[in-house]
Amino acid sequence: MTVKGMKPIWYFVGLILLIMGGIIFLTGIYYLLNPSARFTVLSETHPNIWWGAIMILFGGILYIKNRKVTIS
Amino acid sequence: MPSIGLTPIDWIIILIYFAFVIGIGVYLRKFTTSEEDFFLAGRKNSSWVAGLAFLSANLGALELLGMTGNTFKYGMYVAHFYWIGAIPAMLFLGIYMMPFYYSSKIKSIPGYLKLRFDEKTRVLNGISFAIMTLLVSGINLYAMALVLHTFLGWNWDISMWASAVTVAVYVTLSGLMSAIFTEIIQFFLIWFGLFLVSIMGIIEIGSIDQILNRLPESMNTLWSTSADPTQNGMLIHWSGIVLGLGFVLSFGYWTTDFLVVQRAFSAKDLRAARMTPILASFFKMALPFIVILAGLIAIALSNDPNSGFKLLEDGGQVNYDSALPMLIKRYYPSGLVGLGVTALLAGFMAGQAGNISAFNTVWTYDIYKSVLNKNASDKHLLWMGRVSTVVGVIVSLGTAYWAKSFPSIMDYMQAIFSWVNAPLFATMLLGMFIWWITPNGAFWGLITGMLSSFLMYMGVKFHWFNESLITMSSVQSDMAANFWRAWWAWLICAVVTVVISLFTKKKPKEELVGLVKGLTEEKYDEHLPFVKKPEFVAIISLIVLVILNIIFW
Repeated sequence: MTVKGMKPIWYFVGLILLIMGGIIFLTGIYYLLNPSARFTVLSETHPNIWWGAIMILFGGILYIKNRKVTIS
Repeated sequence: MPSIGLTPIDWIIILIYFAFVIGIGVYLRKFTTSEEDFFLAGRKNSSWVAGLAFLSANLGALELLGMTGNTFKYGMYVAHFYWIGAIPAMLFLGIYMMPFYYSSKIKSIPGYLKLRFDEKTRVLNGISFAIMTLLVSGINLYAMALVLHTFLGWNWDISMWASAVTVAVYVTLSGLMSAIFTEIIQFFLIWFGLFLVSIMGIIEIGSIDQILNRLPESMNTLWSTSADPTQNGMLIHWSGIVLGLGFVLSFGYWTTDFLVVQRAFSAKDLRAARMTPILASFFKMALPFIVILAGLIAIALSNDPNSGFKLLEDGGQVNYDSALPMLIKRYYPSGLVGLGVTALLAGFMAGQAGNISAFNTVWTYDIYKSVLNKNASDKHLLWMGRVSTVVGVIVSLGTAYWAKSFPSIMDYMQAIFSWVNAPLFATMLLGMFIWWITPNGAFWGLITGMLSSFLMYMGVKFHWFNESLITMSSVQSDMAANFWRAWWAWLICAVVTVVISLFTKKKPKEELVGLVKGLTEEKYDEHLPFVKKPEFVAIISLIVLVILNIIFW
């Protein structure tokens, strides 16, 4: 998309998913070690950990693939 | 009323989103140097970028909450909005209409009306679209504050101003380009933020089949109960779905609403522009696996007294829009709650940015340059685009406060699309496919169609006549009335347009080359093998649509 030197949109999508996925994953690890006082249904499946990991994987692939790409 | 509590981790995720979208606006500012960059994102987007933006501009959080809530109310029939009520129209736009739009190098839909008919039809549509867009934008803002206040306990004024100012900043900086960037980010945040609700629901209940088995037949099928309106949750006959939703409302919205079509205009070439709605159709078909499935899960859990799940109630009335937030509260621990709320916020803000970027284009080209300052330079138009963005956001805020003091305006807004888009589709269809439709026929047909739709709505609202006159059925729902009203408005506009065209002066054929089918040479992508042509991808999309309808028949 457009002028020389511009990062593609997929770079930004990868970056935000990587950051948010990382925070959610680490929160899941924290709650695994220190169980939360707030009960949610199916919390025993630790959705923060596996969903955060999926976000890291997806975001990471997009970020790495587009890290050095600029569009002319 | 109990609200969803946020922890510091959730707040961090929400703040990251705000910082990110403003940062993108600042980053893209240096690449926005011409009016084409600002209004059409440089016209260099791939079909994937334009396609995701095309879909995301329509995917507001109000729709996510509303459609999940509607599923709770009407059952699986709501999936018609995503399948028969969207896909055929999107494919028709890509295959038949886009070549005329894109090749004529117009910057807006009213711009096409100017070329095909005349200035007065363009200004009529430009003004009605601008008013509609700002009203819808303001109502969206109001609805967002209502949702954040109800479910999160946030302050009204801060919610509205924070998101309005954020949208104003990034759209003013880089126009459609930043709107498209944030819309694509929103698309991924919605999938990652909300699809987990459906996954968790399936894990808890067992399978999609088990979810459907817990529902009555009137709620768990698409077509099998549509022959008798009393047997389905939406109280509608299949002909109302096909004619009202599948034909008029759907085609009226997806093929003529500049808010979505503008994204296709940003494509780098004709093939990418034609592929834009076709690729978007696949993602549109997948959305029921978030919104409809979540609504069905909410019904199944509500019917089970042991689940402990129920929707919020306002003054004894069930708040259907609370279905999705209540599922988030049920399944999401800290961190994921922040992601879910961010997905909703992103949906609201991207919808707002979509409205504002469409408004600034129509205002600048179809009202300001067309009527007020015909000799404006490109640089001046770029400046005007930025000014109209700020003014548009301020007017939206005014509308939002108006809506807050006059809540019943929300009811009127739900009908506004059938006032403007349904008759416009008749004008476009006739104008694009029949050369002898005249400028006067189009103008008076459009006015008559818009007025008739408005009067039908008011007539039912204030009991001037019985709703069954419109729906031709002894039972009806608001949704059924919307479908039928759109059909009649389309038909009235079409008949008036044709009749007046028979008696008024026609445009010479040579002026219509490139604008009307039959007068235009249509040779697209001839060098490509069939499997790479938009027509082939559209056929695949149609096959998927048929399979989905058969599976859930």
